[in-house]
Amino acid sequence: MLKRTPLYDTHVAAGARMVDFGGWEMPVNYGSQIEEHHAVRRDAGMFDVSHMCPVDVNGADAKRFLRYLVANNVDKLTVAGKALYTTMLNEAGGCVDDLIIYFFADDRYRIVVNAGTAEKDLEWIEAARAARGFHPTITPRRDLAMIAVQGPNARAKFWQVQPQTRAATEPLGAFFAADLGALFVARTGYTGEDGFEVMVPAGQAPVLWRSLAAAGVAPCGLGARDTLRLEAGMNLYGQDMDESVSPLESGLGWTVDLSGEREFIGRAALERAKAAGNLRKLVGLRLIDKGVLRAHQTVETSRGPGEITSGTFSPTLQASIALARVPGAVAFGETLKVDLRGRAAQVQVVKYPFVRQGKALV
Amino acid sequence: MNVPAELKYTASHEWVRKEADGAVTIGITDFAQEALGDVVFVELPEVGRKVAAEEACAVVESVKAASDIYAPVAGVVTATNDALKDAPEGINADAYAAWMFRIKPDDAGALDALLTAEAYKQNVAAQK
Repeated sequence: MLKRTPLYDTHVAAGARMVDFGGWEMPVNYGSQIEEHHAVRRDAGMFDVSHMCPVDVNGADAKRFLRYLVANNVDKLTVAGKALYTTMLNEAGGCVDDLIIYFFADDRYRIVVNAGTAEKDLEWIEAARAARGFHPTITPRRDLAMIAVQGPNARAKFWQVQPQTRAATEPLGAFFAADLGALFVARTGYTGEDGFEVMVPAGQAPVLWRSLAAAGVAPCGLGARDTLRLEAGMNLYGQDMDESVSPLESGLGWTVDLSGEREFIGRAALERAKAAGNLRKLVGLRLIDKGVLRAHQTVETSRGPGEITSGTFSPTLQASIALARVPGAVAFGETLKVDLRGRAAQVQVVKYPFVRQGKALV
Repeated sequence: MNVPAELKYTASHEWVRKEADGAVTIGITDFAQEALGDVVFVELPEVGRKVAAEEACAVVESVKAASDIYAPVAGVVTATNDALKDAPEGINADAYAAWMFRIKPDDAGALDALLTAEAYKQNVAAQK
Protein backbone atom coordinates (compact mmCIF):
# COMPACT_ATOMS: atom_id res chain seq x y z
CA MET A 1 0.00 0.00 0.00
CA LEU A 2 1.50 3.31 -1.09
CA LYS A 3 1.61 6.17 1.40
CA ARG A 4 -0.29 9.38 0.67
CA THR A 5 0.37 12.97 1.71
CA PRO A 6 -2.33 15.28 3.13
CA LEU A 7 -2.57 16.80 -0.37
CA TYR A 8 -3.35 13.52 -2.15
CA ASP A 9 -7.04 14.32 -2.73
CA THR A 10 -6.12 17.84 -3.90
CA HIS A 11 -3.76 16.40 -6.55
CA VAL A 12 -6.27 13.85 -7.80
CA ALA A 13 -9.00 16.50 -8.02
CA ALA A 14 -6.62 18.64 -10.11
CA GLY A 15 -6.15 15.78 -12.58
CA ALA A 16 -2.58 14.93 -11.56
CA ARG A 17 -0.93 11.81 -12.91
CA MET A 18 0.06 9.88 -9.76
CA VAL A 19 3.09 7.58 -9.55
CA ASP A 20 4.99 5.56 -6.95
CA PHE A 21 7.95 7.58 -5.67
CA GLY A 22 9.90 5.95 -2.84
CA GLY A 23 6.75 4.22 -1.58
CA TRP A 24 4.62 7.37 -1.85
CA GLU A 25 1.82 8.02 -4.31
CA MET A 26 2.88 11.40 -5.69
CA PRO A 27 1.93 13.67 -8.62
CA VAL A 28 4.45 13.37 -11.48
CA ASN A 29 2.69 16.07 -13.53
CA TYR A 30 -0.67 17.82 -13.83
CA GLY A 31 -0.46 18.38 -17.59
CA SER A 32 2.71 19.33 -19.45
CA GLN A 33 5.80 18.74 -17.33
CA ILE A 34 7.74 21.21 -19.49
CA GLU A 35 5.17 23.96 -18.86
CA GLU A 36 5.45 23.30 -15.13
CA HIS A 37 9.23 23.57 -15.42
CA HIS A 38 8.98 26.91 -17.22
CA ALA A 39 6.46 28.20 -14.66
CA VAL A 40 9.11 27.80 -11.95
CA ARG A 41 11.92 29.35 -14.03
CA ARG A 42 9.80 32.31 -15.18
CA ASP A 43 7.11 32.92 -12.55
CA ALA A 44 6.12 30.66 -9.64
CA GLY A 45 5.31 27.00 -9.11
CA MET A 46 4.70 24.76 -6.10
CA PHE A 47 5.50 21.18 -5.15
CA ASP A 48 4.02 18.90 -2.54
CA VAL A 49 7.10 17.65 -0.70
CA SER A 50 5.20 16.32 2.31
CA HIS A 51 6.67 12.89 1.64
CA MET A 52 9.96 14.21 2.99
CA CYS A 53 10.25 13.86 6.74
CA PRO A 54 11.06 16.67 9.18
CA VAL A 55 12.69 15.38 12.38
CA ASP A 56 13.16 17.55 15.45
CA VAL A 57 16.38 16.95 17.39
CA ASN A 58 16.19 18.67 20.75
CA GLY A 59 18.07 18.51 24.03
CA ALA A 60 21.19 19.56 25.88
CA ASP A 61 23.52 17.38 23.80
CA ALA A 62 21.74 17.81 20.44
CA LYS A 63 24.69 19.75 19.06
CA ARG A 64 27.29 17.20 20.18
CA PHE A 65 25.18 14.43 18.69
CA LEU A 66 24.84 16.14 15.29
CA ARG A 67 28.58 16.87 15.23
CA TYR A 68 29.05 13.11 15.43
CA LEU A 69 26.17 12.10 13.14
CA VAL A 70 26.82 14.05 9.91
CA ALA A 71 29.77 14.89 7.63
CA ASN A 72 29.28 18.65 7.60
CA ASN A 73 29.88 20.49 10.86
CA VAL A 74 26.97 22.04 12.76
CA ASP A 75 29.51 24.29 14.49
CA LYS A 76 29.09 26.44 11.37
CA LEU A 77 25.53 27.16 12.53
CA THR A 78 25.65 30.12 14.91
CA VAL A 79 22.77 32.34 13.80
CA ALA A 80 19.22 31.24 14.63
CA GLY A 81 17.36 30.05 11.53
CA LYS A 82 20.48 29.18 9.52
CA ALA A 83 20.40 25.95 7.51
CA LEU A 84 23.18 23.53 6.57
CA TYR A 85 23.23 20.93 3.78
CA THR A 86 25.05 17.73 4.63
CA THR A 87 25.36 14.02 4.05
CA MET A 88 25.00 11.39 6.76
CA LEU A 89 27.56 8.62 6.20
CA ASN A 90 28.04 4.99 7.12
CA GLU A 91 31.35 3.72 8.52
CA ALA A 92 32.56 2.98 4.97
CA GLY A 93 32.01 6.63 4.01
CA GLY A 94 28.95 5.87 1.83
CA CYS A 95 25.91 8.14 1.95
CA VAL A 96 23.07 6.93 4.17
CA ASP A 97 21.18 10.06 3.08
CA ASP A 98 21.54 13.76 2.35
CA LEU A 99 19.65 16.22 4.51
CA ILE A 100 19.16 19.80 5.60
CA ILE A 101 19.68 20.82 9.20
CA TYR A 102 17.93 23.96 10.46
CA PHE A 103 19.44 25.51 13.57
CA PHE A 104 17.50 27.43 16.19
CA ALA A 105 19.62 26.98 19.30
CA ASP A 106 22.34 24.59 20.47
CA ASP A 107 19.58 22.43 21.93
CA ARG A 108 17.05 22.86 19.12
CA TYR A 109 17.46 21.65 15.53
CA ARG A 110 15.14 20.44 12.80
CA ILE A 111 16.45 18.13 10.10
CA VAL A 112 14.65 17.12 6.90
CA VAL A 113 15.38 13.71 5.37
CA ASN A 114 14.33 12.06 2.11
CA ALA A 115 11.04 10.20 1.75
CA GLY A 116 12.27 6.83 0.59
CA THR A 117 15.01 6.70 3.23
CA ALA A 118 13.13 8.16 6.20
CA GLU A 119 12.53 4.90 8.08
CA LYS A 120 16.07 3.67 7.47
CA ASP A 121 17.41 7.08 8.56
CA LEU A 122 15.43 7.09 11.81
CA GLU A 123 16.79 3.64 12.68
CA TRP A 124 20.30 4.75 11.77
CA ILE A 125 20.00 7.93 13.86
CA GLU A 126 18.65 6.02 16.85
CA ALA A 127 21.43 3.42 16.58
CA ALA A 128 24.08 6.15 16.39
CA ARG A 129 22.53 7.90 19.40
CA ALA A 130 22.38 4.73 21.48
CA ALA A 131 25.88 3.57 20.53
CA ARG A 132 27.47 6.70 21.98
CA GLY A 133 24.98 7.36 24.77
CA PHE A 134 23.68 10.70 23.51
CA HIS A 135 20.34 11.83 24.93
CA PRO A 136 18.56 14.22 22.54
CA THR A 137 14.87 13.65 21.88
CA ILE A 138 14.35 12.66 18.25
CA THR A 139 10.83 13.39 16.99
CA PRO A 140 9.66 12.66 13.44
CA ARG A 141 7.10 15.29 12.45
CA ARG A 142 4.67 13.40 10.24
CA ASP A 143 2.03 15.85 11.54
CA LEU A 144 3.53 18.47 9.20
CA ALA A 145 2.95 18.86 5.47
CA MET A 146 5.53 20.61 3.33
CA ILE A 147 4.99 22.80 0.25
CA ALA A 148 7.88 24.20 -1.80
CA VAL A 149 6.93 27.48 -3.51
CA GLN A 150 9.63 28.26 -6.07
CA GLY A 151 10.35 30.78 -8.81
CA PRO A 152 11.24 34.46 -9.26
CA ASN A 153 7.73 35.51 -8.14
CA ALA A 154 7.28 32.78 -5.53
CA ARG A 155 7.89 34.87 -2.43
CA ALA A 156 5.64 37.72 -3.60
CA LYS A 157 2.80 35.31 -4.33
CA PHE A 158 3.27 33.55 -1.01
CA TRP A 159 3.02 36.89 0.82
CA GLN A 160 -0.10 37.69 -1.16
CA VAL A 161 -1.87 34.73 0.49
CA GLN A 162 0.02 34.82 3.81
CA PRO A 163 0.53 38.57 4.37
CA GLN A 164 1.03 38.13 8.11
CA THR A 165 4.28 36.22 7.45
CA ARG A 166 5.91 38.93 5.39
CA ALA A 167 7.56 40.94 8.15
CA ALA A 168 9.30 37.85 9.55
CA THR A 169 10.21 36.20 6.23
CA GLU A 170 11.20 39.10 3.97
CA PRO A 171 14.54 39.63 5.78
CA LEU A 172 15.45 35.91 5.46
CA GLY A 173 18.65 35.38 3.50
CA ALA A 174 19.26 32.33 1.37
CA PHE A 175 19.38 29.17 3.48
CA PHE A 176 17.66 30.78 6.46
CA ALA A 177 14.34 29.80 8.06
CA ALA A 178 11.79 31.38 10.40
CA ASP A 179 9.71 29.34 12.82
CA LEU A 180 6.42 31.22 13.06
CA GLY A 181 4.57 28.72 15.20
CA ALA A 182 1.90 27.30 12.90
CA LEU A 183 4.08 27.95 9.85
CA PHE A 184 7.75 27.19 9.32
CA VAL A 185 9.12 29.15 6.37
CA ALA A 186 12.59 28.49 4.91
CA ARG A 187 14.28 30.26 2.02
CA THR A 188 15.48 26.97 0.60
CA GLY A 189 14.53 24.79 -2.34
CA TYR A 190 15.59 22.26 -4.92
CA THR A 191 15.12 24.16 -8.18
CA GLY A 192 17.88 26.76 -8.47
CA GLU A 193 15.28 29.51 -8.11
CA ASP A 194 14.37 31.80 -5.23
CA GLY A 195 11.44 30.79 -3.05
CA PHE A 196 10.31 29.19 0.19
CA GLU A 197 9.84 25.73 1.58
CA VAL A 198 6.88 25.96 3.95
CA MET A 199 5.93 23.48 6.66
CA VAL A 200 2.33 23.62 7.81
CA PRO A 201 0.11 21.41 10.02
CA ALA A 202 -1.19 18.63 7.77
CA GLY A 203 -4.84 19.66 8.11
CA GLN A 204 -4.12 23.17 6.84
CA ALA A 205 -2.13 22.09 3.79
CA PRO A 206 -5.01 21.76 1.28
CA VAL A 207 -6.30 25.27 2.05
CA LEU A 208 -2.81 26.76 1.70
CA TRP A 209 -2.26 24.86 -1.57
CA ARG A 210 -5.56 26.04 -3.04
CA SER A 211 -5.00 29.65 -2.01
CA LEU A 212 -1.54 29.62 -3.62
CA ALA A 213 -3.05 28.13 -6.80
CA ALA A 214 -5.66 30.91 -6.79
CA ALA A 215 -2.82 33.45 -6.54
CA GLY A 216 -1.30 32.05 -9.73
CA VAL A 217 1.26 29.60 -8.34
CA ALA A 218 1.34 26.64 -10.77
CA PRO A 219 1.00 23.16 -9.25
CA CYS A 220 4.07 21.18 -10.37
CA GLY A 221 4.84 17.49 -10.15
CA LEU A 222 7.92 15.47 -9.40
CA GLY A 223 8.74 15.36 -13.13
CA ALA A 224 9.42 19.10 -13.26
CA ARG A 225 11.11 18.91 -9.86
CA ASP A 226 13.61 16.48 -11.35
CA THR A 227 14.42 18.53 -14.47
CA LEU A 228 14.71 21.70 -12.36
CA ARG A 229 17.06 20.17 -9.80
CA LEU A 230 19.20 18.60 -12.51
CA GLU A 231 19.53 21.93 -14.34
CA ALA A 232 20.45 23.43 -10.96
CA GLY A 233 23.13 20.74 -10.52
CA MET A 234 21.65 19.33 -7.32
CA ASN A 235 22.13 15.68 -6.42
CA LEU A 236 19.25 13.25 -6.06
CA TYR A 237 19.75 10.64 -3.37
CA GLY A 238 19.55 7.08 -4.69
CA GLN A 239 20.59 8.24 -8.13
CA ASP A 240 23.67 10.48 -7.91
CA MET A 241 24.84 8.99 -4.62
CA ASP A 242 23.88 6.16 -2.27
CA GLU A 243 25.32 3.96 0.46
CA SER A 244 27.95 2.53 -1.89
CA VAL A 245 29.59 5.83 -2.83
CA SER A 246 31.20 8.61 -0.83
CA PRO A 247 30.30 12.30 -1.01
CA LEU A 248 33.88 12.90 -2.26
CA GLU A 249 32.98 11.06 -5.47
CA SER A 250 29.50 12.62 -5.69
CA GLY A 251 30.34 16.29 -6.13
CA LEU A 252 29.68 16.84 -2.43
CA GLY A 253 33.22 17.32 -1.12
CA TRP A 254 32.21 20.89 -0.27
CA THR A 255 29.71 19.56 2.28
CA VAL A 256 32.31 17.43 4.12
CA ASP A 257 34.19 19.16 6.90
CA LEU A 258 37.49 17.40 7.62
CA SER A 259 39.03 20.36 9.44
CA GLY A 260 40.02 19.94 13.07
CA GLU A 261 39.77 16.73 15.07
CA ARG A 262 35.99 16.32 15.09
CA GLU A 263 35.00 12.67 15.07
CA PHE A 264 32.04 11.82 12.82
CA ILE A 265 30.73 8.60 11.35
CA GLY A 266 32.57 7.82 8.12
CA ARG A 267 35.45 10.23 8.69
CA ALA A 268 38.16 7.56 8.87
CA ALA A 269 36.98 6.00 5.60
CA LEU A 270 36.94 9.38 3.84
CA GLU A 271 40.47 10.14 5.01
CA ARG A 272 41.69 6.75 3.78
CA ALA A 273 40.00 7.32 0.41
CA LYS A 274 41.54 10.77 0.12
CA ALA A 275 45.00 9.45 0.96
CA ALA A 276 44.66 6.62 -1.55
CA GLY A 277 43.76 9.16 -4.25
CA ASN A 278 42.45 8.25 -7.70
CA LEU A 279 38.95 9.40 -6.75
CA ARG A 280 36.24 9.56 -9.38
CA LYS A 281 34.30 12.78 -9.71
CA LEU A 282 30.86 13.99 -10.69
CA VAL A 283 30.79 16.20 -13.80
CA GLY A 284 28.13 17.74 -15.98
CA LEU A 285 27.57 16.51 -19.53
CA ARG A 286 25.86 18.31 -22.37
CA LEU A 287 24.77 16.22 -25.34
CA ILE A 288 26.08 17.61 -28.62
CA ASP A 289 24.18 15.14 -30.82
CA LYS A 290 20.43 14.58 -30.81
CA GLY A 291 18.74 12.37 -28.24
CA VAL A 292 18.32 12.23 -24.48
CA LEU A 293 20.93 11.10 -21.94
CA ARG A 294 19.60 8.73 -19.26
CA ALA A 295 20.83 7.34 -15.95
CA HIS A 296 23.12 4.27 -16.14
CA GLN A 297 24.36 4.91 -19.68
CA THR A 298 28.09 4.33 -20.02
CA VAL A 299 30.49 7.22 -20.69
CA GLU A 300 33.64 6.26 -22.59
CA THR A 301 36.86 8.03 -21.65
CA SER A 302 40.49 7.24 -22.42
CA ARG A 303 41.00 6.76 -18.65
CA GLY A 304 38.29 4.15 -18.21
CA PRO A 305 34.52 4.13 -18.25
CA GLY A 306 32.21 6.45 -16.38
CA GLU A 307 28.48 6.27 -15.77
CA ILE A 308 25.62 8.72 -16.07
CA THR A 309 23.89 9.03 -12.71
CA SER A 310 21.06 11.37 -13.82
CA GLY A 311 20.14 12.42 -17.34
CA THR A 312 17.26 14.32 -18.85
CA PHE A 313 16.15 16.83 -21.43
CA SER A 314 16.70 20.37 -20.17
CA PRO A 315 13.68 22.52 -21.05
CA THR A 316 15.67 25.71 -20.40
CA LEU A 317 18.66 24.76 -22.58
CA GLN A 318 16.58 22.77 -25.11
CA ALA A 319 19.29 20.11 -25.01
CA SER A 320 19.96 16.98 -23.06
CA ILE A 321 22.11 17.26 -19.92
CA ALA A 322 23.39 14.78 -17.37
CA LEU A 323 25.46 14.25 -14.26
CA ALA A 324 28.05 11.50 -14.63
CA ARG A 325 30.62 9.85 -12.37
CA VAL A 326 33.89 9.67 -14.32
CA PRO A 327 37.61 9.09 -13.67
CA GLY A 328 39.14 12.02 -11.81
CA ALA A 329 41.50 12.97 -14.66
CA VAL A 330 38.65 13.88 -17.02
CA ALA A 331 38.79 17.63 -17.67
CA PHE A 332 36.12 20.23 -18.38
CA GLY A 333 35.71 21.01 -22.07
CA GLU A 334 36.62 17.49 -23.20
CA THR A 335 34.42 15.69 -25.69
CA LEU A 336 33.47 12.16 -24.69
CA LYS A 337 31.22 9.46 -26.09
CA VAL A 338 28.10 8.02 -24.48
CA ASP A 339 26.43 4.79 -25.52
CA LEU A 340 22.96 6.11 -26.37
CA ARG A 341 20.88 3.01 -26.96
CA GLY A 342 23.54 1.45 -29.17
CA ARG A 343 24.59 4.70 -30.86
CA ALA A 344 27.83 6.50 -29.90
CA ALA A 345 26.75 10.08 -29.14
CA GLN A 346 29.10 12.98 -28.42
CA VAL A 347 28.91 14.87 -25.12
CA GLN A 348 30.88 17.78 -23.77
CA VAL A 349 32.12 17.78 -20.17
CA VAL A 350 30.83 20.95 -18.49
CA LYS A 351 30.72 22.49 -15.04
CA TYR A 352 27.37 22.46 -13.30
CA PRO A 353 24.96 24.05 -12.31
CA PHE A 354 23.66 24.25 -15.86
CA VAL A 355 21.02 26.87 -14.99
CA ARG A 356 20.57 29.24 -12.04
CA GLN A 357 17.85 31.82 -11.46
CA GLY A 358 16.48 31.49 -14.96
CA LYS A 359 19.87 31.90 -16.68
CA ALA A 360 21.74 29.30 -18.73
CA LEU A 361 25.32 28.88 -17.46
CA VAL A 362 26.65 26.39 -20.02
CA MET B 1 -9.40 8.31 -23.86
CA ASN B 2 -9.43 9.17 -27.56
CA VAL B 3 -9.44 6.00 -29.71
CA PRO B 4 -10.77 6.71 -33.24
CA ALA B 5 -13.00 3.85 -34.40
CA GLU B 6 -11.71 3.83 -38.00
CA LEU B 7 -8.08 2.98 -37.05
CA LYS B 8 -6.39 -0.31 -36.15
CA TYR B 9 -4.13 -0.69 -33.11
CA THR B 10 -1.34 -2.76 -31.57
CA ALA B 11 -0.91 -3.89 -27.99
CA SER B 12 2.28 -1.79 -27.94
CA HIS B 13 0.19 1.40 -28.46
CA GLU B 14 0.74 2.17 -32.15
CA TRP B 15 -2.21 3.26 -34.28
CA VAL B 16 -2.36 2.07 -37.91
CA ARG B 17 -4.31 3.60 -40.79
CA LYS B 18 -4.79 1.94 -44.16
CA GLU B 19 -4.26 4.36 -47.07
CA ALA B 20 -5.94 4.22 -50.50
CA ASP B 21 -2.69 3.09 -52.16
CA GLY B 22 -2.37 0.07 -49.86
CA ALA B 23 0.33 1.60 -47.63
CA VAL B 24 -0.26 1.87 -43.87
CA THR B 25 0.47 4.95 -41.76
CA ILE B 26 1.72 4.51 -38.18
CA GLY B 27 1.79 6.72 -35.11
CA ILE B 28 1.40 6.34 -31.33
CA THR B 29 -1.94 6.48 -29.55
CA ASP B 30 -3.30 9.25 -27.40
CA PHE B 31 -2.98 6.92 -24.40
CA ALA B 32 0.71 6.39 -25.23
CA GLN B 33 1.53 10.10 -25.58
CA GLU B 34 -0.23 10.83 -22.31
CA ALA B 35 1.72 8.09 -20.52
CA LEU B 36 5.04 9.23 -22.01
CA GLY B 37 4.57 12.90 -21.18
CA ASP B 38 6.22 15.71 -23.14
CA VAL B 39 7.91 14.30 -26.23
CA VAL B 40 11.29 15.95 -26.89
CA PHE B 41 12.93 13.77 -29.55
CA VAL B 42 11.85 11.39 -32.31
CA GLU B 43 14.06 8.99 -34.26
CA LEU B 44 12.50 7.75 -37.53
CA PRO B 45 13.48 4.84 -39.81
CA GLU B 46 15.23 5.32 -43.16
CA VAL B 47 12.93 5.31 -46.17
CA GLY B 48 13.48 2.03 -48.04
CA ARG B 49 14.26 0.03 -44.88
CA LYS B 50 12.76 -3.45 -44.80
CA VAL B 51 11.13 -4.18 -41.45
CA ALA B 52 9.73 -7.32 -39.87
CA ALA B 53 6.44 -7.31 -37.96
CA GLU B 54 7.04 -6.18 -34.34
CA GLU B 55 10.56 -4.98 -35.18
CA ALA B 56 11.63 -1.83 -33.31
CA CYS B 57 12.16 0.79 -36.01
CA ALA B 58 11.60 4.21 -34.39
CA VAL B 59 12.11 5.83 -30.99
CA VAL B 60 10.06 8.39 -29.10
CA GLU B 61 11.89 10.08 -26.23
CA SER B 62 9.94 12.07 -23.67
CA VAL B 63 11.26 13.95 -20.66
CA LYS B 64 10.58 10.76 -18.71
CA ALA B 65 11.73 7.87 -20.88
CA ALA B 66 12.71 6.46 -24.25
CA SER B 67 10.19 4.23 -25.94
CA ASP B 68 10.66 1.96 -28.97
CA ILE B 69 8.04 2.09 -31.72
CA TYR B 70 7.38 -1.19 -33.50
CA ALA B 71 6.40 -1.96 -37.09
CA PRO B 72 2.85 -3.34 -36.85
CA VAL B 73 3.29 -5.37 -40.06
CA ALA B 74 6.22 -6.56 -42.19
CA GLY B 75 7.05 -4.43 -45.23
CA VAL B 76 9.14 -1.57 -46.58
CA VAL B 77 9.23 1.97 -45.13
CA THR B 78 7.98 4.32 -47.86
CA ALA B 79 7.77 7.69 -46.05
CA THR B 80 8.55 9.40 -42.74
CA ASN B 81 7.07 12.50 -41.13
CA ASP B 82 10.26 14.59 -40.91
CA ALA B 83 8.33 17.56 -39.46
CA LEU B 84 8.44 15.67 -36.14
CA LYS B 85 12.24 16.04 -36.01
CA ASP B 86 11.87 19.78 -35.42
CA ALA B 87 8.52 19.68 -33.66
CA PRO B 88 8.28 16.41 -31.70
CA GLU B 89 5.72 18.04 -29.36
CA GLY B 90 3.21 17.60 -32.20
CA ILE B 91 2.73 14.07 -30.86
CA ASN B 92 1.41 15.50 -27.58
CA ALA B 93 -0.76 18.06 -29.35
CA ASP B 94 -2.54 15.52 -31.57
CA ALA B 95 -1.26 11.94 -31.55
CA TYR B 96 -3.44 10.93 -34.50
CA ALA B 97 -2.39 13.83 -36.73
CA ALA B 98 1.31 13.35 -35.88
CA TRP B 99 1.97 10.26 -37.99
CA MET B 100 5.51 8.86 -37.81
CA PHE B 101 6.13 6.60 -40.83
CA ARG B 102 4.44 4.64 -43.62
CA ILE B 103 4.98 1.01 -44.56
CA LYS B 104 4.02 -0.83 -47.74
CA PRO B 105 3.02 -4.19 -46.25
CA ASP B 106 4.37 -7.44 -47.70
CA ASP B 107 0.96 -8.97 -47.08
CA ALA B 108 -2.08 -6.74 -47.43
CA GLY B 109 -4.04 -9.12 -45.22
CA ALA B 110 -1.65 -8.69 -42.27
CA LEU B 111 -3.70 -5.71 -41.09
CA ASP B 112 -6.61 -7.94 -40.20
CA ALA B 113 -4.64 -9.40 -37.30
CA LEU B 114 -4.34 -6.00 -35.59
CA LEU B 115 -6.62 -4.79 -32.79
CA THR B 116 -9.88 -2.97 -33.45
CA ALA B 117 -10.55 0.25 -31.51
CA GLU B 118 -12.82 -1.69 -29.17
CA ALA B 119 -10.21 -4.40 -28.54
CA TYR B 120 -7.49 -1.78 -27.95
CA LYS B 121 -9.66 0.02 -25.39
CA GLN B 122 -10.20 -3.23 -23.52
CA ASN B 123 -6.49 -3.95 -23.71
CA VAL B 124 -5.65 -0.61 -22.13
CA ALA B 125 -8.33 -0.99 -19.47
CA ALA B 126 -6.87 -4.38 -18.53
CA GLN B 127 -3.40 -2.82 -18.10
CA LYS B 128 -4.63 -0.14 -15.71
